[in-house]
Amino acid sequence: MNAWTRLRAARPVFPSLAWIRALILPLCGILAFLLVWHVAAGRISTSLGQFPGPADTARAAQGLYVEFQEEREKAVAFEARQAERNAARLAENPDAEVSVRAYAGRPTFPDQIRTSLVTVMSGFLLASLIAVPFGVLIGLSSGLYASANPLIQLLKPVSPLAWLPLVTLVVSAAYVSDDPLFAKSYLVSTITVMMCSLWPSLINTAVGVAGVDKDLVNVSRVLRLGWATHVRKIVLPSAVPMIFTGLRLSLGVAWMVLIAAEMLSQNPGLGKFVWDEFQNGNAQSLGRIMVAVLTIGLIGLVLDRGMLLLQRRLSWDKTAITR
Amino acid sequence: MLNIIAGLLTASTGGVILDGREVSGPGPERAVVFQNHSLLPWLSVYENVALAVRQVFRGRKTRAEMHEWIEHNLALVNMSHASHKRPHEISGGMKQRVGIARALAMEPKVMLMDEPFGALDALTRATLQETVMDLHARLGNTIVMITHDMDEAVLLSDRIVMMTNGPAATVGEILSVDLPRPRERMALAENPAFHHYRAEGLRFLYERHRRPAAA
Repeated sequence: MNAWTRLRAARPVFPSLAWIRALILPLCGILAFLLVWHVAAGRISTSLGQFPGPADTARAAQGLYVEFQEEREKAVAFEARQAERNAARLAENPDAEVSVRAYAGRPTFPDQIRTSLVTVMSGFLLASLIAVPFGVLIGLSSGLYASANPLIQLLKPVSPLAWLPLVTLVVSAAYVSDDPLFAKSYLVSTITVMMCSLWPSLINTAVGVAGVDKDLVNVSRVLRLGWATHVRKIVLPSAVPMIFTGLRLSLGVAWMVLIAAEMLSQNPGLGKFVWDEFQNGNAQSLGRIMVAVLTIGLIGLVLDRGMLLLQRRLSWDKTAITR
Repeated sequence: MLNIIAGLLTASTGGVILDGREVSGPGPERAVVFQNHSLLPWLSVYENVALAVRQVFRGRKTRAEMHEWIEHNLALVNMSHASHKRPHEISGGMKQRVGIARALAMEPKVMLMDEPFGALDALTRATLQETVMDLHARLGNTIVMITHDMDEAVLLSDRIVMMTNGPAATVGEILSVDLPRPRERMALAENPAFHHYRAEGLRFLYERHRRPAAA
């Protein structure tokens, strides 16, 4: 056996097989999906025309981008005209009252994405601010846990659509202001998102806090740590991985709930976009809805990855990362 | 048994007397080296010992003194080099060393060791047994250790308290080990007294196992 054959034998035939698997297999999956989508779309006709295939959806995305560009040009032009007009009036009379107004065009697709992100983040943060401290409390006290548990189990499966009418009415009644800081639709969707995304964080925090390793509790007992120190030094750090898992689930729920909440509360985000396209449907509507669907999926994915990165940065337990 | 001495469990009858006084509940004067080390995984080796030191010597030592005391105890078990590492970054034997350092740092009247070397390989166990003998020779503190290993028991202890089979296990026999210290593992291997004690202990264990079968 010469040197060359020995070298060949020592090295695997495909040295970068793992790398190819990581790249090629997902691409195969996506291609297969596009093919199935394309074929299936060609066979579905609706009252608004053919169901959009991948190509139609790409065209719709392009259309949305063009609209965004046009709207931005209009806004720039409006601001230029306004500045010019005000300058002219000031030149004529230095004491003149000039008003600067924001351009009030219709919201473009990126605007709607931004609104959705702001709403989901406020709902999620609000939910976390309530769920984590409360979860710690009921995790620490088995009595409190026993009294809260039936309520949690009862409220957890409630759909956002059931909460929405109640939240809408309460917000309308309670939030009366001549110069509102927040739009009502924003509040309604934020609160609905909060109500629905509370539960995973709450339950995971409680379970994490209650499930502290018995040996670590014994360490704390031998050291005679005070209650506050015990909670701060032993219980909370040990619950951190579970809390993060809960937060990640909550964010996923929040994003799902948001779209439904926006549809019905008319909060100007992605949900409303889908609803509007559905209501005043024309030939392009289905394609545009399809773009929104993919965008919603993509943002959900990015949010989840973001939480995962945050967890990896902040949590001590680098092994408890699930897929 | 050890959990009762430590105060982690309450005795159904009887009590624990330390220095002429009955003790109840756990406390740092009866420091425990746990079977599975029980280090806090989110703290470094140094911080794990520091948690104990800060709690036990609060108001009695300055920050600088505490730092020195932590370093001193880590040096006693030869773990100074890894003081910034997290428990998951060090080996099982090293974790148990840190566990011992944490217990020693509490300056206990009696150190309780609950099968501390059970989960370690033979070589690491031997090294740690040397460490315990060395520490005992230097510090002279009382150590109560639970073990299932007769060699370990004879090698390390002055008195072996053998328990009958559970449930409701009681003290069966007490064996005094009068081997001179310092003890050398290799020298003892050929020492007839060592073998005598070992045989005594094994005989008890063997008969204790036979008894239920006879009944």
